Amino acid sequence: MAERAIMKGNEALAEAALRAGCRFFSGYPITPQTEVLEYLSWRMYEVRGHMIQTEDELTGLHMLLGASLGGNRVLSTSSGPGFALFHEGMSYLCGCEIPAVLVDVQRLGAACGGIGVSQGDYEEVVHGGGNGDSQCIVLTPASVQEEVDLVQEAYDLAEKYRNPVIVMTDAIIGQMMEGVTLPDFKEHDINKYDWVYRPLKTNEMGKINAGWPGRSWTEQAKHLREKFASMQQNEQRWENVQVSDADVVCVAYGISSRVCKEAVKKARAKGVKLGLIRLVTAWPFPEKAFAEISKECKGILVVEMSIKGQTVPDVKLATKCGLSVYGYFSVDIVPDADIVVEIAEDIIAGTAQEV
Amino acid sequence: MAAKTFNIPTLMQGLPPHTACQGCGHGIAGRIIYEVIEEMGMSSNCVAFHDLACGANMLFAQKGNGFSGAHGRAIPTATGFKRTRPDMLVFSYAGDGATYSIGMQHTIHTALRNENITAIVVNNTNFGMTGGQMSPATLIGQKTTSSPKGRTAELNGNPIDITEVYSGMKIAYLARGSVDSVANINKTKAYIRKAFEKQMAGCGFSFVEIMAPCPTNWGMTALGSIKRMQDEVLKLYPVGEYIDGGAK
Amino acid sequence: MLKEIICAGFGGQGIITTGILISHCAFETGNQFTWYPSYGAEMRGGTANCTIKISDEEIASPLAKEIDILVAMSAPAIDKFEANLRPGGYLFVNSSLVTDRKYRDDINVVEVNTTALAEEAKNPKGANIVMIGALIKRTGIMTFEGCSDAIEKYFTEHGKAKFNDANQAALKIGYERF
Repeated sequence: MAERAIMKGNEALAEAALRAGCRFFSGYPITPQTEVLEYLSWRMYEVRGHMIQTEDELTGLHMLLGASLGGNRVLSTSSGPGFALFHEGMSYLCGCEIPAVLVDVQRLGAACGGIGVSQGDYEEVVHGGGNGDSQCIVLTPASVQEEVDLVQEAYDLAEKYRNPVIVMTDAIIGQMMEGVTLPDFKEHDINKYDWVYRPLKTNEMGKINAGWPGRSWTEQAKHLREKFASMQQNEQRWENVQVSDADVVCVAYGISSRVCKEAVKKARAKGVKLGLIRLVTAWPFPEKAFAEISKECKGILVVEMSIKGQTVPDVKLATKCGLSVYGYFSVDIVPDADIVVEIAEDIIAGTAQEV
Repeated sequence: MAAKTFNIPTLMQGLPPHTACQGCGHGIAGRIIYEVIEEMGMSSNCVAFHDLACGANMLFAQKGNGFSGAHGRAIPTATGFKRTRPDMLVFSYAGDGATYSIGMQHTIHTALRNENITAIVVNNTNFGMTGGQMSPATLIGQKTTSSPKGRTAELNGNPIDITEVYSGMKIAYLARGSVDSVANINKTKAYIRKAFEKQMAGCGFSFVEIMAPCPTNWGMTALGSIKRMQDEVLKLYPVGEYIDGGAK
Repeated sequence: MLKEIICAGFGGQGIITTGILISHCAFETGNQFTWYPSYGAEMRGGTANCTIKISDEEIASPLAKEIDILVAMSAPAIDKFEANLRPGGYLFVNSSLVTDRKYRDDINVVEVNTTALAEEAKNPKGANIVMIGALIKRTGIMTFEGCSDAIEKYFTEHGKAKFNDANQAALKIGYERF
């Protein structure tokens, strides 16, 4: 029976991973992600799994790579500076085609930055997932419930494509509490997939997997291009809110998208036709969502807690640069719904500056 | 006295020759590892986690399960796998560069956790695949492509001796072997067996360092490199058992 | 109807738990809610605080610019958040610690002598629950019965069922005296 509970985003994510059958976590503490690790430090043993607090984040990634190679469902989580150390492992997970679920609870700024909320990791996570043509699927939850739902889905996607999947969340979604419905426990069979390393049958050749393909690069490239194309075709996820008649369409994900939803309500109440495209996948970018935008639309308003407005290039590509794009980039302060509405009004009046 | 027959381990039969240089120690190290695995009846129940570079040389010289991951990460990868499949024999196979340089944090913390895996380190006192640069195990005075006038303590620091690093640590097993002579090869094989047996008995972390020559990068003949091992290398890094712990 | 609440006080005064209890009350009485803490370095210094939003509809941001209710367990909490109250909002002051203070005249100030009332309820650690009792009575945002059940359930689930009677007494005294 589905269980209702009150949980922090980080804890709900951890519990959801266990309920999806994850039995291996390896990672390192960093604010604002630490609750995941703390929660699993006792909860993982209740479900007879393994939780290892590693010497650093990159160790965590290689350890879970080994566990996934053995057929386990695996998890590691980090934030900003710690997530930067994931990249070596992410590249190996991609290159060796080993499934894993990773989490970036975004925090503020480059370098150490700060522990506060921000959304500055988009380009790093979505477009910079490791050396050498690596590409991870990126999911962006906007509520505690969605943390639970998307983590479950992340495991299925990771195994469907034999590819790492990243849940990119932020300090607010991770730290806040909401009511959630938790799914039932799923058993994961570690022998489910052929590629998993296990004891050999008589005269069976062992499995060899390595950080370079066991075939020509031409064949490898063809295989990966087809795989990435299939992801792009089939795995775009988004939520459109009153987009079809909108004069201005917000594009946002995570905490910013929640504010935009409120802004749509406020704007509509005063007759301003505002809509919202909320990214649920950041990669593949949900280009299909933009088909609903009307010809009368005056522009797109990207709302993001970053310095550069990192979603903007993807928005311009999705619209084939056919629409004016405006920005509201609030860096370390959660965007204000009233300001979103004001900018939308400026866009309609023709007084806003494009980015 | 009955004649003794030497058979190539089943997992190494019918494959093309390995790709290590002539006179390299990896061939012997790989051979005795798989002899032990076969003698223990674990051929179908083991996984080797290789490092990159020369540490990956033996990956394609055997037919069992093998994985080669990132440079320096063989030990944590083996750890994750062993936790998932504790009944399998799991070992990492890497060089001195991987184990004492880029992966040193794993070398320490895996021992602190006393993980129930075996780490095998082939120490040829330099980075082989990249062309013979200085490694943490390079001897004082040894010329490499990144210590062209010979390593000095002042400029490059002192060489690492893993038996000193692990001294007093609560791990299951620590031994240093060598492939310079038949006597030492036999000893080393016994060390590997003991390490694997301790793992399968759940005793904790076992670590076998195997001293090996690198004639190509040392700029020596095969025999000359063996002589250097006996004259210099094994004097600094003596063969023997250093930790022989009990049950976990 | 959206209600925005901040609970604030010194670290160690049970501020975070107070916010969590209010959240549980909201949840068990069929509302949507969000709870968001101050976290990290801020927890070790001055003011600990958390923001709770309660609504019968989907809630956007869990942070609040303006608030309807401030639960202030210390003087610095008032310094920091009194200005955020909407006109007509409620300020619940822990008058066991904060006395002789001037407040804005466009808000409702409710002075709750939490320590004395908690002792009267024979639950000296129940100051926060006394405050919740006063809060639901004066604001009417949730029913007494719903909150009573929620608080009992919370402590039972957290292995502290033996304090259920004392906690109910604290809630009741807060509710009845205001």
